[in-house]
Amino acid sequence: MTKQIVFAIALLLTFAVFSYTIARIIRFFSLTKKGFPIKDLGKRFMIMAEVALGQTKIFRRPILGFLHAVVFWGFCVILFGSIEMVIDGLFGIEKSLSFLGWFYDFLMATGDIFALLIAIAIVVFLFRRVFLHVKRFEGIEMKKISHIDANIALTIILVLMLSLLGMNAAYVGHTMAIGDEIHGAYPVGNYLASIFAGMSTESVLVQYEIYWWTHILLIFIFANILPYSKHFHVFMSVPNVFISRLEPLGKMRNMDNVTREVKLMMDPNAAFAAPATDAPIERFGVKDAEDVIWNSYFNSLSCTECGRCTAVCPANITGKKLSPRKVMMDLRARMKEKGPQLLKNKDFNDNKSLVRDYISEEELWACTTCNACAKECPININQPSLILEMRRYLVMEEGSAPGEIKAMFNNIENNGAPWQYSPEDRLLWTKDLEINVQ
Amino acid sequence: METRKIEIPVMADLFARGEKPEYLFWVGCAGAYDDRYKKVTRAFAKILSYLNVSYAVLGKEETCTGDPARRAGNEMLYQMQALQNIELFKAYEITKIITICPHCYNILKNEYPDLGGNYEVINYIELLDKYIKEGKLKVNTDTFKDSRITYHDPCYLGRANDIYEEPRRVIKSVSNHLVEMDRNRSFALCCGAGGAQMFKEAEKGNKEVFLERMEDVLKVNPDIIATACPFCMTMMTDGIKYKNQEENMKNYDIAELIVMSLGL
Repeated sequence: MTKQIVFAIALLLTFAVFSYTIARIIRFFSLTKKGFPIKDLGKRFMIMAEVALGQTKIFRRPILGFLHAVVFWGFCVILFGSIEMVIDGLFGIEKSLSFLGWFYDFLMATGDIFALLIAIAIVVFLFRRVFLHVKRFEGIEMKKISHIDANIALTIILVLMLSLLGMNAAYVGHTMAIGDEIHGAYPVGNYLASIFAGMSTESVLVQYEIYWWTHILLIFIFANILPYSKHFHVFMSVPNVFISRLEPLGKMRNMDNVTREVKLMMDPNAAFAAPATDAPIERFGVKDAEDVIWNSYFNSLSCTECGRCTAVCPANITGKKLSPRKVMMDLRARMKEKGPQLLKNKDFNDNKSLVRDYISEEELWACTTCNACAKECPININQPSLILEMRRYLVMEEGSAPGEIKAMFNNIENNGAPWQYSPEDRLLWTKDLEINVQ
Repeated sequence: METRKIEIPVMADLFARGEKPEYLFWVGCAGAYDDRYKKVTRAFAKILSYLNVSYAVLGKEETCTGDPARRAGNEMLYQMQALQNIELFKAYEITKIITICPHCYNILKNEYPDLGGNYEVINYIELLDKYIKEGKLKVNTDTFKDSRITYHDPCYLGRANDIYEEPRRVIKSVSNHLVEMDRNRSFALCCGAGGAQMFKEAEKGNKEVFLERMEDVLKVNPDIIATACPFCMTMMTDGIKYKNQEENMKNYDIAELIVMSLGL
């Protein structure tokens, strides 16, 4: 009974802290702008099945992609066991879902094997991070805290997997020793159970309890650390794929407020016909965290700083300052800084902004809009749209752009082409055109 | 060999005569003004003429789609250009548009619909692929029999619009030696000129993007770099010069490869 009470308190505490954290984060979304609507649910479920469950985009880098897929698929299976542990803990029973029969055996066996595979994958990941100089994990945005963040999460996952393996092995060892029926199948556990051969049944049981509590309490703690780390990814990535853009990568979002203005300019009569609106004038583009559409903020929370985007960015590869990963991290950091203040006072101003204080003009103008970053992102984050929204702010609100770009604007305005040529010359290419006839 | 003069049909003239072509051939600013790329426009016009496609160009009435302005953040200027073009298309009752420039293709196809401009927009590569498949374009494989050709994917055909295989099929119709760079298809490296970079100096870095791409090219050492975008053409042609490869390799647009193999 004591065990149940302790467990219930731990669970309640986990949910309380978790709800508090999530409620805070949800409030930040109220600061953001209306984004694109989430329609075409069928198509979205398909993309989620493909990109999230199928891990298709992470396989663009096959070897590490495979290791990640093992961890992801393993988590999915092991989650089932964790749910069972919660039921067991609350009601003081053991292996509560074993009534599922062969399916239970299958899930337990798969989870047991995955625990070992994940542990191996995590060791590889830790080794890469600690001992190898992986370029993808470097960059101006990768501070010491980013590396600590990653290593803490990996270590927790490793301990989670080792405790699960220990738990399964001790369960098999103890159950066999007392001659009870084993519920579920544990291929790795069976193998490891021999470790407990010489020990007394009581001490094996104590070890089982230690592994059991370590595993479940660590899950509770991990769940509450995640929202404060880049590993919030664990919760956000699958939904992020679900809410991601369905349009071709080349398409930019239309600014309807600009369309209204341009139509008024082109047809002065419409100015009288259009009803006067009292709506406050919206800022063009993105200057600060609250100007982004909610979808972009969602993207930033899902980013786990893997750096695949930056590794394929032509600007970054050739030594320019732009890093698509940094753009996402900066948005998240700026919202964390300004969001709480804005919630208290909607006119809050600290004389800082996402553009310039976090992301320089130099970074923004280096983008070639090649969409390599968006194509590469394993969870369909769209970095170019945010970069272009910030260019929109610079150009339309501040009139700030490199001189050559301003000249290009002038050319288009004056002669309908980005270069300084007359429309009269548009047919020069047709001169003396001949074709050979056989 | 005899030659025949080609008159390029202009929309306004056709309309004055009460005729209506099936396609608008959208030439684009690079197609009209860039000296190197004008040859591509001419090549493609020859193909259209050879195939007896019913088309016309806007000529002096054509104006920028607004793409470079939009990618550089000037939504106002983009929309002014776009709405003006949409009005013009409406006047000429245009429903089908052929483009050569992938940037024009992308914006007409994906972005004009948001402003009420809905057309069937076709990139010339798709058209060439279709005509070759249908047997209407019988290309000669002799011309490029011994040429190693590599294809540089333009971002706005590839990643932006998922057109990867069509250009490769067209190239394979003229040559048996299509060699792929390490970074190809959706992994292809940008030439560095998109997103209005064409019109400005690059930001400070340690290398130009087109030189990074040229190193991919040099690894496969082709005789021809095939491109399908005016900006890529500028960058790759520059790349050949910078790397002193003018003796070793040439940069042709896919339309030019077809014209050469047809002997037009």
